[in-house]
Amino acid sequence: MDIFLQQLVNGLVLGSIYALVALGYTMVYGILGLINFAHGDICMIGALTALTVAQALAAMGLPPPLVLALAALAAVLVCVALGVSIERVAYRPLRRAPRLAPLITAIGVSVLLQYSAALVWGKQYLSMPEVVKPSAIVWGGVQLTDLQAFIFLLACALMGALLWFIQSSRMGRAMRATEQNPDVAGLMGVNVNHVIAFTFLLGSAVGAIAGMMVVLYYGVGHYFMGFMLGLKAFTAAVLGGIGNVAGAMLGGLLLGVVESLAAGYIGDLTGGVLGSNYRDVFAFLVLIGVLVFRPSGIMGQHTGDRA
Amino acid sequence: MVRAPVIGLGLALALILPGCGKEAPPPPQKQVATPQPPEAVTVKIGSASPLTGPQAHIGIDIRNGVQLAIEDANAANIEIGGRKVKFELVAEDDEANPTKATTVAQKLVDAKVSAVVGHFNSGASIPASKIYSDAGVPQISPSSTNPKYTLQGFKTTFRVVAHDDQQGPTLGRYAAGAVKAKRVAVIDDSTAYGQGIADAFEATVKAAGAKVLAREHTTDKDTDFKAILTKIKGLKPDLIMFGGIDPQAGPMVKQMAQLGIKAKFMGGDGIQTPNFIKLGGDAAEGVMASIPGLPKDQMPGGKAFLDKYKAKFNAEVELYAPMGYDAVMVFIDAMKRAGSTEPAKFLPELGKTRYQGVIGPIAFDDKGDLVNGPITIYVVKSGKWDPLETVTPGGAPSAEAKK
Repeated sequence: MDIFLQQLVNGLVLGSIYALVALGYTMVYGILGLINFAHGDICMIGALTALTVAQALAAMGLPPPLVLALAALAAVLVCVALGVSIERVAYRPLRRAPRLAPLITAIGVSVLLQYSAALVWGKQYLSMPEVVKPSAIVWGGVQLTDLQAFIFLLACALMGALLWFIQSSRMGRAMRATEQNPDVAGLMGVNVNHVIAFTFLLGSAVGAIAGMMVVLYYGVGHYFMGFMLGLKAFTAAVLGGIGNVAGAMLGGLLLGVVESLAAGYIGDLTGGVLGSNYRDVFAFLVLIGVLVFRPSGIMGQHTGDRA
Repeated sequence: MVRAPVIGLGLALALILPGCGKEAPPPPQKQVATPQPPEAVTVKIGSASPLTGPQAHIGIDIRNGVQLAIEDANAANIEIGGRKVKFELVAEDDEANPTKATTVAQKLVDAKVSAVVGHFNSGASIPASKIYSDAGVPQISPSSTNPKYTLQGFKTTFRVVAHDDQQGPTLGRYAAGAVKAKRVAVIDDSTAYGQGIADAFEATVKAAGAKVLAREHTTDKDTDFKAILTKIKGLKPDLIMFGGIDPQAGPMVKQMAQLGIKAKFMGGDGIQTPNFIKLGGDAAEGVMASIPGLPKDQMPGGKAFLDKYKAKFNAEVELYAPMGYDAVMVFIDAMKRAGSTEPAKFLPELGKTRYQGVIGPIAFDDKGDLVNGPITIYVVKSGKWDPLETVTPGGAPSAEAKK
């Protein structure tokens, strides 16, 4: 039972990171109908920026909370600038183009970001300095570190804030209006270009934090880390119902837990035929299952094709 | 409009063709060449290792060793069969990818290299060795430790490291003996190298009376091992053995610490790198790893080599540079004895090598494996790899290796 709870905790922490990244996919999809495949790589840039800044500042001997705050700030600034410029340069000119064009552009941007990062940071694994030594919180037979708790709580707080923002603020209302119908929203005096740019800004900022969480959690960063992260987060977004913000959060947490439990128990369940290295296969099987039985995702509502 | 050039071409051909039938005048360059004494021949030596990707630091280290050897050989003005020889490095990047390795091997063969030092990964060396064998190009791997590499019946495959059937059991015996491990969990990274060393380890600890509680697998790209480690934690092992490379082992020991796993951790040569300590941080303390060969500074030619390497590349030797260096020297030694740089001529001499290299005495058995390759077990102590014990397996191949 302890092991089960421990796997659940692992899965929830991992899932909260997936959920944060998934938000970036789902918000952009909700408004533009575009799957921004470069989002995982924006998170990677955020992660590596945070890593580099933390390395430099930790070497200067600044106090740990300040190092983390500045690293996060740098990551957010870089990613926001990147996200908004990508939207302006790569996606806005194609807004009225057939749907396939921006999709292919997104893949192109993703590759561009990966190899630019490889040029800047090199292709080796980089290590994140242990700014704060995680100390353990033991709770029954379950052990989690304060770092895990911090990641989970921060992720939940960010998701809560985002939900509130979209439901209650003026900009949030404009975002929802644009989501329902960009043309009508425009006629009602919503500056659609601003709203879209802001959506990218928000998604990139949250993605930067998620990227930083990954390097904090695992201690290593790599120019290719955004690919799998992005794919998993995209899966989470589809799982929850793409375009639905609350769904992305649910999907992320669910995917994290499924993965964790699969890795922990798949070997025993299949009598050792499939090992824990089939964890990813299992995660994607869940996705296929959901798509077959509930194509719009867990929380997605059926909307007409809005091409 | 289209016709005109065609007619022009026809005319040109008509003018050239009659000339072809007659005895062509000797080209002027030939006249210059004949009176000279035999000119220096250029001999290309291939180096194949991952120069990009997560294992680039180890691959570049090997290439640097090869480069150093070639520069030293050129500085020594070596003559083979009465002709001066200039050696040239052809370095290729196999990205630690078995598919890319075969492409690179073909590229080296097409570039007419006389010999190849490589590859780093067993998973790359094994498929590539077929191509070198077909082309008759001798290959010395500085680092591939999977037993299968030399068991394919190729005459061209050699290595200057002990293999996993020696390394894995050495680790296993050490775990059951000196470490007194009774309950063991084994993880591998699903590569030829990782599985090979983990299998050999598992067989030996079992034979030595320890219980293997779990055999888990991950991949050589993953950084999340929380789920596997949690499962292992529940089984309460006193030792975890990982068959794999440092980009995984570093995060793995960190996550072990986060989960509060107190078990000891050990692995093969893939984690015995400075990079592992960098990635693992404080959690790397106390980790044990074996590595074929003597400690760098205890190698017969170690000190001088380390200084030379540092002076040239302004970097510390990562792992296999001395093996890469010696591999080139072994090739040149065989060429000298054969009096030829032709692979077909010096290949028989390669098998008879008795060479005193940086890493110690080098001789091959009939499969091409290093005879009496020593294995050293290290432990991380205050952020550095400290040698614990050197074992010579005595060159006795294990029973299953014969098949």
